[in-house]
Amino acid sequence: MPKLKIAEALDKLSSNTAVKNTVYIISIVIFFAFILLPPILGIIIKWGTMQDVLSEPKLMSEALNAIAASFAVAFFVSFIDVVAGVPMAWMIARGKSKWLSVLDTFSDIPFIVPTATLGYSLLLFWSDQSRGLSSLFGNPLVSPGWLLVILLHFTFSYPVIVRVMVGALLDYKLEYEQASRTLGAAPLTAARTVTFPILKPSMIASFILAFARSISETGATMMVAGAFINGPIFIKNHLGQDGPLVFVSFILIALSSMIFITIRLLGPKLKMPISKVWPTVERKLSSSAVAGSRNGLTLLIFLVLVLIPSLFVALPALEAIFTGTFSEALAGAGAWGEYWQSIFLTYSLGVLVTLVNVVIGLPMAILVARRKFGQLSSVMLDVLVNIPLIVPSVALGVSLAIFWKENFAFIPEIWLLIFAHLAITYPYFVRSMSAAVERINIELEEAARTLGAKPFRVFRTIVFPLTKYSMLSGAVMVFTRSVSETGATMVVSNLITAPVLLVNWVNSEVPTVTLGLGCGFLILFSFIILLVLRLVVRGRGIY
Amino acid sequence: MPDVRLVNVTKKFGKIVAVNNVSLHVHDKEYFSLLGPSGCGKTTLLRLIAGLIQPDEGEIYIGDRLVNDVPPEDRDIGFVFQTFALFPHMNAWDNVVYGPRVKGFHVEKAETIGHEVLEMVRLHERLDAFPNELSGGMMQRIAVARALAAGAELLLLDEPLGQLDAKVRNELRYEIRRMVRDLDLTAMHVTHDQSEAMAISDRIAVMKKGKILQVGTPKELYMKPKSIFVAHFIGESNFLEGYVLSINSEGTVIELRGGIRVKSAEKNWKEGERVVLAIRPETFFVEKGVKKNKNSILGIVERVTFEGTNIRYEVRLKNQDLVVVIKPSMIGEWLNIGEKVTVSFPPEKAPVFAYPEVGLREEISVE
Repeated sequence: MPKLKIAEALDKLSSNTAVKNTVYIISIVIFFAFILLPPILGIIIKWGTMQDVLSEPKLMSEALNAIAASFAVAFFVSFIDVVAGVPMAWMIARGKSKWLSVLDTFSDIPFIVPTATLGYSLLLFWSDQSRGLSSLFGNPLVSPGWLLVILLHFTFSYPVIVRVMVGALLDYKLEYEQASRTLGAAPLTAARTVTFPILKPSMIASFILAFARSISETGATMMVAGAFINGPIFIKNHLGQDGPLVFVSFILIALSSMIFITIRLLGPKLKMPISKVWPTVERKLSSSAVAGSRNGLTLLIFLVLVLIPSLFVALPALEAIFTGTFSEALAGAGAWGEYWQSIFLTYSLGVLVTLVNVVIGLPMAILVARRKFGQLSSVMLDVLVNIPLIVPSVALGVSLAIFWKENFAFIPEIWLLIFAHLAITYPYFVRSMSAAVERINIELEEAARTLGAKPFRVFRTIVFPLTKYSMLSGAVMVFTRSVSETGATMVVSNLITAPVLLVNWVNSEVPTVTLGLGCGFLILFSFIILLVLRLVVRGRGIY
Repeated sequence: MPDVRLVNVTKKFGKIVAVNNVSLHVHDKEYFSLLGPSGCGKTTLLRLIAGLIQPDEGEIYIGDRLVNDVPPEDRDIGFVFQTFALFPHMNAWDNVVYGPRVKGFHVEKAETIGHEVLEMVRLHERLDAFPNELSGGMMQRIAVARALAAGAELLLLDEPLGQLDAKVRNELRYEIRRMVRDLDLTAMHVTHDQSEAMAISDRIAVMKKGKILQVGTPKELYMKPKSIFVAHFIGESNFLEGYVLSINSEGTVIELRGGIRVKSAEKNWKEGERVVLAIRPETFFVEKGVKKNKNSILGIVERVTFEGTNIRYEVRLKNQDLVVVIKPSMIGEWLNIGEKVTVSFPPEKAPVFAYPEVGLREEISVE
């Protein structure tokens, strides 16, 4: 059994401290060399160009306004997302209906719609007088601009909140809430004074993720921004000039990092208002009628603001089934040949990036969770891992292109694409894995060690089985993020992935039926993959 | 005043029947224990009474009120969890005054109650401490104080001492008992520890596999167990298998394995019935050599264990049955391993049970 022998050899090797440390150090080196530094170094190399902006007051004030707009939108949207997403997570985690697992999968839809297409979909839904919601009113309900940007950001960061909070609620020890109820607290009071304060870290984490996603998103935003300009749009508008890119990216990264560190430090001290209780009012608000209308409202918000707008672009796909477009598509006629090629590239890239993430992300996750190199370094790594999340994706693409193309011109473009997707997805995997490892009681690992298991065997037999759902969930996030990535992909290489092709189609005004079917296929494939994975792991809300 | 009545209550989890058609009456101001091995349904029963789960069938009354559809916060109960469930984000004081606060008591009243209960559990000086800064015993006392502060007259305790050291456990059980008595409360206490239940309860219900086997005072359960399981679970029993040989005015003659004949004072048996005699270890007389007493059986001492207060002998009877005999260690002469002895017991202290259909081993299994 050669397979077993390899495992045994690895077991033996793993008890060697030098080997162990080498693995960890390699994972840190890879992190710095391929994930963290290239997106930043591209900016640092061109540091001097910042002068272009600083010397032009008009450009600078535009840039600062754009940055301010980015933060305003991110704060507002993340806050609203938490308010709207937590009741949804509550309904999924606490409800008893079987349909909730379907609802759970549907809440992931905005994850799998390519970001630029998502933007286009919202544009159609809210603004297009001929087809969308606006057709009912005769004039655009929401025109491109700040409001539509807010609606869009709400839509794509909503699943982040739901995902994180469903996991947190399922892990939560129900006894605290029951204790509160036996002491006389109404359900709402119990949730407000006990459950949510205890789940505060998860709420903060979900807020940060939504915030980061909003700060960095480019592809979809540019579709709906109209005259509205935020940081990433500003960069996009000045593509080709290094100064605006460097200036805006730098401030976004620096400010966001500061905000994250502040939240990390102050979060634990942040007190929720729990000492005041209004028994009569809260009791009334806990009634089943109120809870029912809350659930109804939650569902309505989800349907109208998240699900339907996300899928709207794919609606013409149904029409396509009854016209010739469907058979044309399957035959690969015309533009469809390129489409299927791009689909192949997209999913191959997604799988590859996911596998690489698992290999290089795991040691890092363990390093962060188990503080292998001390508390301080683990907190620092934890913060650094998040940085690629907050670099505007278009800036990340440009920066990567500058870094790799100007210094390592011999590297094939497909590699640049892989590096870009790795940098964007790595934080998702490491975050979810390190959280999962942290949740495992360390005594379980210690017990295995005292029973004679070598470190790698402990990982194989204890840590892996206990975290495989989280690993799968991390992998799913990586995969969906890679498959839907648009902003950086467009900038970093000329290779056409499906999302890039769809953006090209939008711009070249192909028939809506074709575009709808193109989006429809991509969404359908990703949805099936997600659903199959969810059935494989069974149990809902596991990732 | 809260008495608790359960009428034909059943609770299923999937295919498992956790509580099976249970009826029970706990009197006002009674200290009542639910005792049984793990998985017997005792905690489920307590959670049903608390309203943390709902029964599939049957009715639950607290006082005169049918509470089936009453949420836990409106049942006026205090619940002490096995893991204490102290809110980790609140200090001891905020935990204790949580109940009065959420019930909308006036601030001053809430604080007065808080001080009173903390005084009662003698933890006034630690009111700033967070749960993770308290020892197990302190957490337990805060948990009890918190339940009391809510003003409940019915206190439900789910293995409240299970996570504590033996010494602390022994101290706290009397402390809880004293508080319940001083405050005129009704208490229901779930435990798998029979000595704990015996020490503090007015009455005990012994449960097995979702059913209540017997309800009685500790003395009744010990002296007059109604089933082999209760005889085994409360205290300790030696079981001797045999057949009813004859019945006369003095009682029943039973032939044990190996043709040994003994008598029990019980009379309502029929000839030929397969039965089990249950004899407490401390009921046996044991003497050196061969003696002719009533119900005497010869044997050899196989093991001697000194337990402090008592000395415990394992004696192999001549029919190869092994029995345990317990004697006060400070009285009389000790026996040695290998010594030939005569073991005997009084007929009136040898209850007889029908041989269980599932077999003796399965009947007394606590799994």
